[in-house]
Amino acid sequence: MARRGSFNVLPGFNLALGYTLVYLSLVVLIPLAAVFIKSSALSFGEFWEVVSAPRVVASYRVSFGLSLLAAAINTVFGLMLAWALVRYSFPGKKLVDALVDLPFALPTAVAGIALTALYAGNGWLGQYLEPLGIKVAFAPLGILVALIFIGLPFVVRTVQPILEDLDTELEEAAASLGAARGQTFRLVLLPILLPALMTGFALAFARAVGEYGSVIFIAGNLPFVSEITPLMIITKLEQYDYTGATAIAVVMLVLSFILLLVINLLQAWTARRTGRNR
Amino acid sequence: MAGAATSLHWHGDTASRYESRSATREAPWVKGLILGLSLSFFAVFLLLPLFAVFVEALRKGLETYWAALVEPDALAAIRLTLITAAIALPLNLVFGVAAAWAIAKFEFRGKELLTTLIDLPFSVSPVIAGLIYVLIFGAQGWFGPWLAGHDIQIVFAVPGIVLATVFVTFPFVARELIPLMQAQGREEEEAAVVLGANGWQTFWYVTLPNIKWGLLYGVILCNARAMGEFGAVSVVSGHIRGQTNTMPLHVEILYNEYNFAAAFAVASVLALLALVTLVIKSWVEWKAGQAQAATEA
Repeated sequence: MARRGSFNVLPGFNLALGYTLVYLSLVVLIPLAAVFIKSSALSFGEFWEVVSAPRVVASYRVSFGLSLLAAAINTVFGLMLAWALVRYSFPGKKLVDALVDLPFALPTAVAGIALTALYAGNGWLGQYLEPLGIKVAFAPLGILVALIFIGLPFVVRTVQPILEDLDTELEEAAASLGAARGQTFRLVLLPILLPALMTGFALAFARAVGEYGSVIFIAGNLPFVSEITPLMIITKLEQYDYTGATAIAVVMLVLSFILLLVINLLQAWTARRTGRNR
Repeated sequence: MAGAATSLHWHGDTASRYESRSATREAPWVKGLILGLSLSFFAVFLLLPLFAVFVEALRKGLETYWAALVEPDALAAIRLTLITAAIALPLNLVFGVAAAWAIAKFEFRGKELLTTLIDLPFSVSPVIAGLIYVLIFGAQGWFGPWLAGHDIQIVFAVPGIVLATVFVTFPFVARELIPLMQAQGREEEEAAVVLGANGWQTFWYVTLPNIKWGLLYGVILCNARAMGEFGAVSVVSGHIRGQTNTMPLHVEILYNEYNFAAAFAVASVLALLALVTLVIKSWVEWKAGQAQAATEA
């Protein structure tokens, strides 16, 4: 790719880049800037009052806490699933591989009502769980289930290609030097997989924090207990409190930008460690 | 690339490579444990909700199911969903090709930044994607008074739904094409231009055949998201039955009215769409894998 300074005979650069920049500005950049401009109408004191209100702070705890937990659970099971798909043959493997992407393709509202039907007190799973004292639907646990659903493919699809590209020689070398299988995994494979696992974790977390559709049906949306931060924005909007909604949106956007930066750095690390471009 | 969780990639069967060698094989009980745990997790968290949609949809019989789909409000929701996708898809397709052409075939300053900015909509909460258009076009927004004076309604009407959908599906095609076209380099296009082809001929006869599977892949994912988007659309929709309801919003209304059979009936159509998306996606991956094998052979 090191062709800098060389003469490029291909046409259309100005048109393509110009169109890209205009369209990007109109659809994404200017509308996003609106959030920051609108929020600047608030003084810092007013802004702080909105974003540190007890009910809003409770929603951060729910959103960020459960998103971290869901991403952690997905990292463990996502690695196992990716491992099974790459290393073992079992009946129905092609089907499982294709269906891992279901959360990308299934509309979030559909996932939301389906999970609620499963875990409600009279649902397929809820009827066995509630007598045990485990309340999933209309409780924080339900939010966790929804966030696990939407986050799983992020981990599987980031780890899977790295596992596929691994050379068997590494493990053979470790085995011939006397390493037990568990040691090989811990000392040889895990360090190689770590950047990809962390990328998958960050992607699943970023998606979970902003998620709305699959969560609101199952959450129950009790103030201070099971309200997520995106719902607080909706609530403010329904009360015609546009500046309040905007202030919370600024908090979420800043977090998104930080996560985007972290994910880019993690992916660069993955690329360095594995020699892959993506 | 941030948010790039799935990209065109054919998973050939790699299992035999590991299962045939003792150095890369686990003890049977370890293998059994990993398979058992991961597949149970998969079944409970992914398969079961999918099954639940269809079982709940058909619980009250086929007649109720069919009635829920052909009533006027449901048909209006289906129509609006199709219209929205039909506008958002071509817009983001043209953008995706233009962006990939500029980024993959030319060198310029700020390329990394541009690539990151294109991914931005993926890291923004859908609720905020709806909010931004309310801030601009809503009654109290920048253009609110002007729009009201000219009797134009964007937010809480169809244009707002289309705008929010364009925003959330913005990166799909571009993100698929940029790495693909970067990997292919520009030698083939340069040869075409040197031999006298003009820009459009070069694109149409040289570039397009090379990127067709990636393009199709991006379009399929873009379409699934466009038809299924809920959060962003919910903020800008007026929630008026028969007028500003897309299919996911119609599902929500029916569900909140405790009309579960009808809600799941409409939801099952969306679930079918998701399954069709996954089938086409797998097919495209397979075709692309074949095409790649053919060029390498």
